[in-house]
Amino acid sequence: MIDYLRNWLWTYIWKPLPDMPFGDWMESFIRWARDAWAAGFDAVDTGLEFLYLHLADGLLWLPSGVMVLLFAALAWAAKGWKLGLGIGLGMFVVAWTPYWEETMQTLSMVLVSAAIAILLAIPLGIAAAESKAVSAIARPVLDFMQTLPAFVYLIPVVMLFSVGVVPGIIATIIFAMPPGVRLTELGLRQVDGEVVEAGQAFGASPARILARIKLPLALPTIMAGLNQVIMLALSMVVIAGLVGGGGLGSVISGSLGRLDIAAGFNAGLAVVLLAILLDRVTQGLSDRTPVARAAKLAR
Amino acid sequence: MSAIAVDSLYKVFGKGARSAVAQLKSGTPRDQLTAKSVTAAVIDHNWSIEPGEIFVVMGLSGSGKSTLIRMLNGLIKPTSGTIRIGGVELGSLSNRELRRLRREKISMVFQHFALLPHRTVVENVAFGLEIKGMGKPERLERAREAVLLAGLAGHEDKLPAQLSGGMKQRVGLARALAADTEILLMDEAFSALDPLIRQEMQDQLLDLQSKLGKTIVFITHDLNEAMRIGDRIAICDGEVKQLGTAEDILMHPADEYVADFTADVDRTRVLTAEAVMEPCGTRDTSAFTTVESDVPVNELYEPVLNSKAPLLVVDDNADPLGVVTPRSIIKSLSHDAVADPASDAAAGAAPEPGTATEEERQPA
Repeated sequence: MIDYLRNWLWTYIWKPLPDMPFGDWMESFIRWARDAWAAGFDAVDTGLEFLYLHLADGLLWLPSGVMVLLFAALAWAAKGWKLGLGIGLGMFVVAWTPYWEETMQTLSMVLVSAAIAILLAIPLGIAAAESKAVSAIARPVLDFMQTLPAFVYLIPVVMLFSVGVVPGIIATIIFAMPPGVRLTELGLRQVDGEVVEAGQAFGASPARILARIKLPLALPTIMAGLNQVIMLALSMVVIAGLVGGGGLGSVISGSLGRLDIAAGFNAGLAVVLLAILLDRVTQGLSDRTPVARAAKLAR
Repeated sequence: MSAIAVDSLYKVFGKGARSAVAQLKSGTPRDQLTAKSVTAAVIDHNWSIEPGEIFVVMGLSGSGKSTLIRMLNGLIKPTSGTIRIGGVELGSLSNRELRRLRREKISMVFQHFALLPHRTVVENVAFGLEIKGMGKPERLERAREAVLLAGLAGHEDKLPAQLSGGMKQRVGLARALAADTEILLMDEAFSALDPLIRQEMQDQLLDLQSKLGKTIVFITHDLNEAMRIGDRIAICDGEVKQLGTAEDILMHPADEYVADFTADVDRTRVLTAEAVMEPCGTRDTSAFTTVESDVPVNELYEPVLNSKAPLLVVDDNADPLGVVTPRSIIKSLSHDAVADPASDAAAGAAPEPGTATEEERQPA
């Protein structure tokens, strides 16, 4: 019975179908795009590389000991002296490893790709919150971006751009953007309907309601999205080391190749401490949004 | 000219709303419409409100009162019929003109306050003025005045989260007052408050109204509240079941539906001496203690008990209108006397009010 069904399905469904064309489509699209939009890719390549190099140079301009103090001060300003102390200690340990330069390169990649991801994500999230159609289209695309294994598009991205940090940044933007869009949309949709109605009842225009009511009220959620974007960016930037992305990623992939366990753990420790820095500082900033502070007062 | 006038106003939600309106117009009851997915929220409203009036729309949840109030400022478009605000038909306005009308003519107070949590009291109150495009120093000054008017002195720089429910609603009220519009829409404005605070707010609203003379549309599901503050009350269940003054509704409920509501009302606060008095007849009233016709019944107990003779009810010119006795008070407070519309209609039609109900009660 099962065999009969299997035969029937094979004869009438699977056999007549051509080979699954999706992969071929994507391949020819990428090959076509590489030739057709070469100038555009070159411009993006140059621009991102410029941003990355200058940021990395800036972070490496001061000696690591001074930078440790600056990071500690940043954490203090974002949250308080306890966090400042903890972060100072963490960054001291990073500077103690032989990978301070690589850590700053990784941080630069994270900052450049997260900044671009957020610049794209917030307007898209706003559009998705305002329009059901945009939301319905964006959702599967975001699923795709977030779950497609990174290696699948890392290599094509290398084909489109040259080998180096830029493919890593592009792959990172693709991977890290979705939570920014999702949480922006969620935050805006969660805004109390009656408050929005109050804006309408007093005659505010839709743009004003967005700027004065919806965005301020959604800001804590949007900041949580921003935090997610940055954390995902860090994890992706390390993977991008495999395609010559530089920074801690290449230290780690290099140490894997040489079975250099000690180097791998040292670089891994730097990644973890950098992650803690980025997470706590962005969290401290999101606790400082006016709405989050007002909510704290209520308790 | 009326401040607000609605004419054969209908709002039906769902697919097939227009044909549902046609059915309703031809007399189909709202639970017998052919399209099952439609909800008839507002059915055939025809009324107008004069400037300076407090008009209360009273109904249970699902009676369309929230829909109605949102049609008055154009947040919801009617399915059919017209709404005129100061003579201007809302349906003829573009979105931009509608927003300008809201900024200049109509403000609103919400059930759950709808304040911006990250703004201080003054900044919240200034919101309407900010939308009007007023400069910051001026709007904050005006907001401070409204804050004082609403009884929030000393709380200017607090955040909403630091205030109690009653205080929050004062902010909502101050925000509406600061906008300085002729019309004030109040959507269940006091329903989320404790009973004591609610009464305080009602008193304050009446007090403010005596100074400001706004046109107020007040939505509530509480008939006691409606009777306390409303100049006129519309009892709604989709359609308007009865529209009249508190006394009208209490003494002459239009049907069972209205009568069921009035059963729970504290009559002593609503009914006045004029409503409970009996004819003077041939009595010599010259020695009687006098009371004014608009004194509520609950303030008549003491004078009635302290005087052996009946009280004489007089009008503004001190002319006698009738007399109040303990018996007439008790009679007027009895629910049976008015709760049954049939007997009430009989009582109203009879040349000597009261006799019909008295005869009916004798055998019982």
